[in-house]
Amino acid sequence: MWPTSFRRREDAMSSLPKAEEAVSSPLGEPRARFLSTVSWSTVGPLLALLLAGAFFASRTDRFLTGQNLSLVVQQSMVVGVLAIGQTLVILTAGIDLSCGAVMALGGIVMTRQAVVGGVNPIVAIGLGVGVCAAFGALNGALVTRVRLPPFIVTLGTLNIAFAVTQIYSRAQTITNVPDSQTFWGNTFRIEKTAITYGTVLMFALYLLAWFVLRQTASGRHIYAVGNNLEAARLTGINTQALLFLVYTVAGLLYGVAALLSVGRTGVGDPNAGQTDNLASITAVVLGGTSLFGGRGTVLGTLIGVLIVGVFRNGLQLIGVASVYQVLVTGVLVILAVTVDQIARRRQV
Amino acid sequence: MANPVSNRSWHGARSTKRLVIAGALLGALVAPLFSAATHSAGAQDEIIVGLITKTESNPFFVKMKEGAQDAADEAGATLLTGSGQFDADNASQVTAIENMVTAGAQGILITPGDTKAIVPAIEAAREAGVLVIALDTPTDPQDATDALFATDNFKAGVLIGQYAKAVQGDTPVQIATIDGSIGVTVSVLRHNGFLAGYGSAEADQATPVAALTQFAEDPRVVCSQDADGDQAKSQTAMENCLQANPEINLVYTINEPAARGVYTALQAIGRENDVMIVSVDGGCTGVEAVKAGEIAATSQQYPLRMAQLGVEAVVNFAETGETVEGYTDTGVTLITDQPQEGVESEDTEFGLANCWG
Repeated sequence: MWPTSFRRREDAMSSLPKAEEAVSSPLGEPRARFLSTVSWSTVGPLLALLLAGAFFASRTDRFLTGQNLSLVVQQSMVVGVLAIGQTLVILTAGIDLSCGAVMALGGIVMTRQAVVGGVNPIVAIGLGVGVCAAFGALNGALVTRVRLPPFIVTLGTLNIAFAVTQIYSRAQTITNVPDSQTFWGNTFRIEKTAITYGTVLMFALYLLAWFVLRQTASGRHIYAVGNNLEAARLTGINTQALLFLVYTVAGLLYGVAALLSVGRTGVGDPNAGQTDNLASITAVVLGGTSLFGGRGTVLGTLIGVLIVGVFRNGLQLIGVASVYQVLVTGVLVILAVTVDQIARRRQV
Repeated sequence: MANPVSNRSWHGARSTKRLVIAGALLGALVAPLFSAATHSAGAQDEIIVGLITKTESNPFFVKMKEGAQDAADEAGATLLTGSGQFDADNASQVTAIENMVTAGAQGILITPGDTKAIVPAIEAAREAGVLVIALDTPTDPQDATDALFATDNFKAGVLIGQYAKAVQGDTPVQIATIDGSIGVTVSVLRHNGFLAGYGSAEADQATPVAALTQFAEDPRVVCSQDADGDQAKSQTAMENCLQANPEINLVYTINEPAARGVYTALQAIGRENDVMIVSVDGGCTGVEAVKAGEIAATSQQYPLRMAQLGVEAVVNFAETGETVEGYTDTGVTLITDQPQEGVESEDTEFGLANCWG
């Protein structure tokens, strides 16, 4: 059985027509469909983001500056890219607990190969990203071939990736990373504001994911699979191949996140990303994507990532202890899921 | 089939309810905007001190924060705090540094979670004109920060090593060491200090600088386990050590939670009275354990003092432009109720009067 445990029971009854709707909608009334998906799932988070911004801007004049906003985005770029992969997986009604650990491994592989192994830095980046994609493919294979629930599979690979990282790195941070590997942490200036290259890459990846999910058949199929795997299969979608692809692409994205992480901190850090799995899931949920699959947008996830970033930065600027950032995040998650449930009941 | 009229009224009621909920939420979110407008931070002459600890949950850092807050209040400075979510959470500490620089902090006090990985972020802050002082844990390299206010962890180890040697004399010992995480300098310094104090030839030769990177070997150490300084993990580690070497009669622990875990493991097999435990930290529960005879001796350190000195240094820098540099020893005292000749120590009364946590 496909992981019914991650679905709500009512899906069994309601999902068939919805899956059909999701698959066919781009063909008919695209504009109406666009408005309906954007309005409920993205406007709420966007409103929360703007209100949070207004709140912090009113409390300190250091918040609403180009430099600070650029900083918030830069601080969000690693989890931001992880969250794209996480969104893809969650849209298929899966979950990926391994993303942060896989990213840490990728970062260690690319930096250690270059610094200790003497491999050409660019080739080493390829190796690191490749290892991440391989872990994604492993997740995908276990989910589709062995038919294990994604939660269990990725809980396993989370531990495997963490242990391999510690063993391979001997728990040592890699320093003196070559410049070509930290490129994405460099900045360019627009007037007085320093923009990090990595943030541009993050935005580009979001646009790409948005386009793929909305405008390509594979993208629509991801929603269909998330709504009801069996119904999607019966409409002729190769669901197993699609799921395998989703997990592999997610792994590839974690590799990119690893590169951004190395760029941001300037080192290969074996302890990177330990809480990023939950951070990325938090961002996805805050962005209005349903953990039960089939509903949500990648742009919502971007907003979710930025909400967390704005609170982290804003609360720090006004001198609130960091434990309150965690508290606020918890409250926001509950709010976001509540909104999701209301929207869901309305739709059914 | 649904009745269209009743359906509409149902829908209308739902919409109204949703509107009320949305309104209430919006109100709750907007309300602080107005109350907050009067309290605008960021005046130019304000002194802002940042304090970044490894975690929020360790009483050591809680005490450090208290000391910093008191010192900041006294000087009329604003204290910003940040921390990692786990001990080696470098990314969160980098983020906190950046935010504090943006907030206009003149100085940042930090206990680095990852001593190497944090260095580029500290360099960037110093380039922006911020005074950065490491508290408790040196960065690697140590001169990446302007100054270091810390316990001499090698000395902390030496004190309990000398004490154990004074008690044991020439009795043959089998030593277990329950250490902190691999690759953490504090863990290595205390371990090697303990062995040097106990008279280990290799550890004694290792200068504190060389001792930064790896544990010294000693044939008397029959079991070394890495337990993150965590009580539960230390208990498991000690149980396993005892399985392999039932004759262990001296245990060095990285900190007092580890010592408690070791004591519990010994208690389970009824050996708590004939195995000696020595530790480092001087937290209040740890000193209580010394008083109760569970731990023979502990090296007490002073986090509150580190934070106070740090805040004072930043305030002085903000006012006069004078920087601090190098290493300042914030002191360490051996606490035991069974003092040994030739080893200077204080009793648990002193320990409890100066403990943290």
